[in-house]
Amino acid sequence: MTRLDTLRGPAAPLDHNARTIAALAVNPGCDRRALLDAAGIDKQKTATHLGYPAPFGQSPFAITRAKSFDALVKANGCAHLLRLLRHTLGLSISEASYSDISDVGGNDNHQVRHTRTRALLKRAATDGEGAGTLFDHPLLKLGVAGHQVYLEPAIIAFQIEGRFHVVEIKSFAVIDDQADAGQVAAAARQSAVYVYALRALFASEGLDPDRVSHDVVLVCPKDFANHPTATLLDVRQQLAALDRQLSRLTRIDRILDELPVGITFDIETQSPDEASKAVSTVDARFAPECLASCEMALFCRAEARDSGSTDMLGRTARDELGGVESIPTALGLADGSRSASPEQTEIAEQLRYVRRIYTEAVA
Amino acid sequence: MSVISAYARALAVQTGRAQPVATVRHVHLSATPMVFIPLKLAGEAAAPLAALVGTDPANPRLLVVPQPRNRDLRFAFMAELADVMLPYVESFAGVTETVEAKTPYERSSDAPQLLVPNRGGIAFTKLLGRSTRFRRADGPYPVHPSVPVLGQWLTFLAERAEYAGSSALVAMTEVLALHWATGQSPMEDANLATQLAWIAPPAGQNGPEAALAAEDPLTSPPAGPETHPDFDGQVLDHAIRAYETSNSPAQVREALRTQLEPTWTLMWQAVRLLRELPEAATVDARWAKDRDQFTRETARLADGGFPRGRIDGAVSAAIRLADLESALQTYEAQRAFDDPLVMTEHRVAGKAFSGEVVAVDATRRIVPPGKTRAAPRPLVTIRTSDPVRLSPGKRLSSSRNRKQKTEIVSIARDLVVIQINDQMGRGSTPAPGSVPEVGEIVCYAELDPSGGQRPRLPSGEDTPWTHGGPPAPYVPTDEDAQEAWS
Amino acid sequence: MIALTPEQAAADATAAILADFTGGPHRGVIVDSPPGAGKTTLVVTAATTLADSGERLMIVAQTNEQVDDLTDKLASKAPGLSIGRLHSDGFSVPSRVTRHPGVTTSNKIDQVEACTVVIATADKWAYVSERTWPWAIVDEAYQMRSDKLLAIAALFDRALFVGDPGQLDPFSVVDTERWAGLAWDPMQSAVAVIGRLNDLPVHRLPVSWRLPASAAPLVSEAFYPFAPFRSGTAAADRELKLATAGFPVAWDRTLNEAAATGWALHELPNRHTIRTDAEAVQACAGLATRLLQRGAVAHDENDTHPVSPDRIAIGCAHNDQVAAIRAAGVPAGITVDTANRLQGREYDVTIVLHPLSGRRDATAFHLESGRLCVLTSRHRHACIVVARAGIAELLDNHPSTGRVQLNVPVKFPDGWEANHAVLAHLSDHRVQA
Repeated sequence: MTRLDTLRGPAAPLDHNARTIAALAVNPGCDRRALLDAAGIDKQKTATHLGYPAPFGQSPFAITRAKSFDALVKANGCAHLLRLLRHTLGLSISEASYSDISDVGGNDNHQVRHTRTRALLKRAATDGEGAGTLFDHPLLKLGVAGHQVYLEPAIIAFQIEGRFHVVEIKSFAVIDDQADAGQVAAAARQSAVYVYALRALFASEGLDPDRVSHDVVLVCPKDFANHPTATLLDVRQQLAALDRQLSRLTRIDRILDELPVGITFDIETQSPDEASKAVSTVDARFAPECLASCEMALFCRAEARDSGSTDMLGRTARDELGGVESIPTALGLADGSRSASPEQTEIAEQLRYVRRIYTEAVA
Repeated sequence: MSVISAYARALAVQTGRAQPVATVRHVHLSATPMVFIPLKLAGEAAAPLAALVGTDPANPRLLVVPQPRNRDLRFAFMAELADVMLPYVESFAGVTETVEAKTPYERSSDAPQLLVPNRGGIAFTKLLGRSTRFRRADGPYPVHPSVPVLGQWLTFLAERAEYAGSSALVAMTEVLALHWATGQSPMEDANLATQLAWIAPPAGQNGPEAALAAEDPLTSPPAGPETHPDFDGQVLDHAIRAYETSNSPAQVREALRTQLEPTWTLMWQAVRLLRELPEAATVDARWAKDRDQFTRETARLADGGFPRGRIDGAVSAAIRLADLESALQTYEAQRAFDDPLVMTEHRVAGKAFSGEVVAVDATRRIVPPGKTRAAPRPLVTIRTSDPVRLSPGKRLSSSRNRKQKTEIVSIARDLVVIQINDQMGRGSTPAPGSVPEVGEIVCYAELDPSGGQRPRLPSGEDTPWTHGGPPAPYVPTDEDAQEAWS
Repeated sequence: MIALTPEQAAADATAAILADFTGGPHRGVIVDSPPGAGKTTLVVTAATTLADSGERLMIVAQTNEQVDDLTDKLASKAPGLSIGRLHSDGFSVPSRVTRHPGVTTSNKIDQVEACTVVIATADKWAYVSERTWPWAIVDEAYQMRSDKLLAIAALFDRALFVGDPGQLDPFSVVDTERWAGLAWDPMQSAVAVIGRLNDLPVHRLPVSWRLPASAAPLVSEAFYPFAPFRSGTAAADRELKLATAGFPVAWDRTLNEAAATGWALHELPNRHTIRTDAEAVQACAGLATRLLQRGAVAHDENDTHPVSPDRIAIGCAHNDQVAAIRAAGVPAGITVDTANRLQGREYDVTIVLHPLSGRRDATAFHLESGRLCVLTSRHRHACIVVARAGIAELLDNHPSTGRVQLNVPVKFPDGWEANHAVLAHLSDHRVQA
């Protein structure tokens, strides 16, 4: 029983997927999140148990749309996709073939599908035959914090010059060649996980990982219709960031070492109060951005608010207040009711000045 | 954010109420603004779902697309929206005034103003304009003729919104943030309900309590254009199915009305709050620019103007960038000179200072560089306690005469010496009042309200090879009109 | 294959550039010039080569100072050349330009258009019309915004674009994504746009004559990952000596480290502070003062000379830091400026207030590689970085959640990577204050 298992309690660890692995980069400085993710703890269930359920959810309309667009792109042996790849990747052969890896004689077991994926890709890479093949429903594997994670990219395309491209299908629109930069960034981070896993597969099979291109093919609806369009997305920087985050995971011991022995975040055996105390022993690094990306955000926000932390006002505000950690301190330095420590002399002087001219101007 | 607004937020936390970051209203508020609250279908690029729109707080008009995936129903929605918006927009075209200029011209005395809840509302307005302005009333995929006209106007308004200081299309959360600092983060301020809760909490509650309550989607549904996923899954889905079986939109309409009405109330509450603030001195001048643009667009459309192209050519992009920069520079300067509370941000940054005049040499004359004859160049010495971070030679504008150009001669501890370079009349000595007097409180800033000069650029047809050569001229085609909307 | 000496490598590159520019089929040639690679020499050589063949040319630079520097160097190299220095109304041309008899100065184009070479800022060229030149040289083309190029491109047939891709990009106060991904995005640099819309050859100057052997490898790897360069000098060619032994105090230990190795990291205790961190500001001013007091002498491949105040610069990210450092007492003649204003300049010793010092979080602005590149590539002998401990932690905690636009070529190096590389290198030269 490892320390992480103790931390999690009797529940089974959550499965990682590409999205959650990509999310590791969202707030690396937060020890609380790092621990919860490393231990595979269900953050949504934990937040709910603590009394702060996360307001996340997906609209059924969005889900339907994503599914139907995916189906459209892959219909008829990926007809649309082939057309796009010819245009975007210069897949200049008259025929391209389609291989559905999930068609393993009725046996959809992960391990079986992964083994078949490895075999087919290796054959394509060594023989050079089957160029122009689209591999549908491939299953990759990646070791994350000691666990093996199965990852399913949309498509892997094998191109005539011997390179392999990950294809990502997303249902947000590209309008006049532009798309929402936040959604593109998320897609880039997610596909980087697939590229990373595919390169790891190649390396383990004795193949050159650089044969997996850092250019991902992003397929999206064009303008306002359902018609797909493809854009190449260079994910080198996302790959570098991912590499850093994965190696950071191995340093989780540093955080574990500072915890009281036997501490657990388990919500099945502990009351909300007990669980809350346990979670609070690990520092969080709250920023308002957490509200959009982490299920624990409301809990951590309440914590920041209760302690009067300047974090609740956002990173920029905290920075402008010269790194002062608490709002009462900042205001106390400003009106002189709190005396400044040697490190606070400068920010205190600035805050006194700020208070003076603000009060004058408001009067 | 500056340390001033960070401090104001900290104060808000302490007092439990939002604190002012402006003493006057920097945005024009029409006598009859039109509030527009659009909702869109999740997962789609620009599929309208519903909208609440109108100029009378007591009479909102509810528009709904009962099956949002149905193309015909979508265009019917847009036609209905046109039915509400076009008369409003066009009502301003008739009344004009004559503008005194080198060549006098006619300008609309007033112009439409559209108020949306947040930045997403502006983006969605832009998308609605984009998806409809290329349609045609004839040809293979006809729509009601008012639809492309509405598309052109929505596009016009969305483009105006890119210019700092424009009030034609305004996001309420942004305008409120210009005037009040809440005790939450700027990111949370994008939620109109919580932002207003801090600014004007209901009786018996303070800001944080009201804001927390306002996060409950059951009492404060999202202001859009996104709907709440729980609403989608638990209510909307069923309502749309009900429409499909019964063919009556009543259930969908009722469901969407419940999502829109609370925001409608908030919008008009915000309008009232803003009206309570006195208008800043230069708001009128900026609104005049909006009216100029409105007049031009009215004339252009009356002349049968084509819809604006999808992307900017190299030259129009460069012109637009210069105009955006000019508008921003002017707006930042004017806001600060109009409002001492806004000026504090520049003072804290060391780019402006305020103080008392302790000495004036009004009769000083020198031969300015590059000239041959001596001219008046008075020196003014100001004592200030502001942390001035400017260096000699820096050009400044003054709050007592924004057109007057001055420059820094020297800074030594708390004394700043500036030289006045113009706006002193034509005489050999400065005209009375053109130079400050000892004892006066003055403010100088490294801000230029004039907006700078637009650079000389070639015409579009002369786009040079460096920038890809001249773009093909735009001619609307059937393809544009048939651009699918599914 | 025999390895080329730096001089040979540079000469070969220059010859290839000139051949391509004057004789090649392209309308434009781009030259990537890392810090101190002889960009000005290249511009002067290209200009005199064209003039010698009887051609008329125009030269475009971005600031008046750059224009005057080029004019001075060109006139010194080719005293017989007729050069027209075009300037704006009211501008006073400095004596280093007017002292050359071959230079005509005027604010009117008709007064100078007959000169073989006409040189002015891009802003001034935008007001010239109805005239063309067969040849143009555009200096600092990576720092020139593409809308400025748009305003003057009709003035020439063929052009040589020279600039440093590693330094600061042009920027705008306006924050818009309207043109993101568009090939002719007016907010991109002139080179970025012209390169995307035309198939132009890109050459590289392969040697930095400024950066010492102790600095070129780091700057090249960290900031020019796809266009490496080498130092023009070997370690033995340069030496920085301090006349006095100094005291065993932090400032002096830092100066000793810098003199011995070419780098020093003067590390203050970990703390989150305001931008004008008094301790850091004091350290910058104090180190500069102490450097002068200890009688630094610089020996290089040209000569041996005392390091005078005009050969020392203190660089930082923000204007308020500049003001604070000056207010802390910096000996007269020492330059204190932001990275923006230090671009293109050179000193014997630089002292840098690290853009991330004292910060808890970093924004894209602070991580921008161009800024750090400028600050760490101004020196011929040594660069001293003043920073609070904690930057490694900041980098480690930095979230990678940046927005990504479609069709925008990814820019290398990534700011995070560049900062990390520089910090890793500096940790070997750490002096704890």
